[in-house]
Amino acid sequence: MTAHADASRQRIHDLLTTEEERVLQRWTALAKTSGEELRDIYQALRLAIGEGRDDLTDVRGLLAELSRERARQGHTPSDTARAVYGLKEAVYEAVESDGSADALRGFIWFSRLIDDLGLYTFEVYATARETIILDQAEQLLELSTPVVKLWEGIVAVPLIGTLDSARTQVVMEKLLQTLVETGSEHAVIDITGVPAVDTQVAQHLLKTVFAARLMGAECVISGIRPQIAHTIVTLGIEFGDIVTKASLADALAYALSRSGTEISTPRRTRIAVRTEEV
Amino acid sequence: MERVPILKLGDILIISIQVDLEDQSVLALQEDLADRVVSTGARGVIIDITAVEIVDSFIGRMLATIAAMSRMLDAETVVVGMRPAVAITLVELGLSLGGVRTALDLEKGVALLEHTRSTSR
Amino acid sequence: MTGGGHELPITSNADVVAVRQRVRTLAVDVGLSLVDQTKVVTAASELARNALVYAGGGRASVEIVDNGLRRGLRLSFVDEGPGIPDVEQALTDGWTTGSGLGLGLGGSRRLVDEFELTSAPGKGTTVTVTKWAR
Repeated sequence: MTAHADASRQRIHDLLTTEEERVLQRWTALAKTSGEELRDIYQALRLAIGEGRDDLTDVRGLLAELSRERARQGHTPSDTARAVYGLKEAVYEAVESDGSADALRGFIWFSRLIDDLGLYTFEVYATARETIILDQAEQLLELSTPVVKLWEGIVAVPLIGTLDSARTQVVMEKLLQTLVETGSEHAVIDITGVPAVDTQVAQHLLKTVFAARLMGAECVISGIRPQIAHTIVTLGIEFGDIVTKASLADALAYALSRSGTEISTPRRTRIAVRTEEV
Repeated sequence: MERVPILKLGDILIISIQVDLEDQSVLALQEDLADRVVSTGARGVIIDITAVEIVDSFIGRMLATIAAMSRMLDAETVVVGMRPAVAITLVELGLSLGGVRTALDLEKGVALLEHTRSTSR
Repeated sequence: MTGGGHELPITSNADVVAVRQRVRTLAVDVGLSLVDQTKVVTAASELARNALVYAGGGRASVEIVDNGLRRGLRLSFVDEGPGIPDVEQALTDGWTTGSGLGLGLGGSRRLVDEFELTSAPGKGTTVTVTKWAR
């Protein structure tokens, strides 16, 4: 580092110290945020510059906190970066009134430093968003694969939305696990809510049925839409002796009769009768 | 070499595999079982694999062989308690157990054997 | 790539069991899901038995690998047996020269994420497979 650079750095540090109140006030006004957080950041920054090292870990930590806090309050990342850039303007006013060559030269260096820190808040914001998206994707995977008990010994998975290979695999594992846990010998995989299947997904469904058989349980697939039936036949996927039913209700009736439960359907028209208690 | 014990309950033979078997033990089990089916006149065999962590092609083949052999000796075989992860792996491996009957647990296995017998008579 | 390499001999049926157990321990360490653990242990069992049955023995090495994003398990099975004349054919289900079902190689390939086989007649066979944690 040259003597010039050293001197200009020192000058900025002096200004940050002597003009602290003025600069902070101006910055707070420009950033339109609470003074407390900015004061912490300001002091950490002044300390780092004063020690003449390039270690900005503390400053970055505080900025990350600011960025996250402001994101939670609904500020855009540009808002946050702009708030950080406000410090340049605040410091420039102090530099201008100082007027020395060292201070002006130092300001160029200081400005670059703040640019980096502003960008850093942007990075923090993006990382935080990414984490949220990943978490949500995982939660969605969990949410979108409920295994429900329909009857003693009969469980069902109503699949909704587009099936990809990963999700189908999760469903498969969860369904088989539920069969063991509940001691159910019948499972219904309902795909009424699935708009389309590809070869891989169809294969996964088939594998689920075969795996269930190996464990001693039977699967029925219900709610196959005409387009999906067409796809399956066109792709030449062999469904073999797998039982398929038009609706979840049909599948339940089938599973009930297989498990030896009788259901009697009255032929007469049913009338709902309600008595008012007096 | 480990030898798997064969238990007798009425006219059913029950084998519960509890350890990671080496191939030699698997072959020995096959022979022991055939002998026991004949000597006891058993009508059913239940192989409990609840504790088995993997079924590779060798053990898979043993299950199919035992079932085919027992059938010839007039005994029905049921494999019970296969874990989901094992079942998924077997399907992926491409191994079929050659029509071996399966049940979720020992109790359901016994019920399945009784059901088969009552309908076949 | 990280170490943790373990060389294991395959000279008897008991060694095949030892390979399975070693692979399971490391599969748990590396964070594979239960289904993936089961798959990789099954593949290890098939490949170790192949080395024993078709080449009269060999050795296995198990190591934990890291590609920067995910950790995984890499297994190598090396033998100095007769080798495989037609690798493509050997990977077809149902093809076998021994007494097996012929599912060993093709089946194992479906159980792992990466599968590499090098072999030549008279030069032995090396199979390397990798399973990545999700």
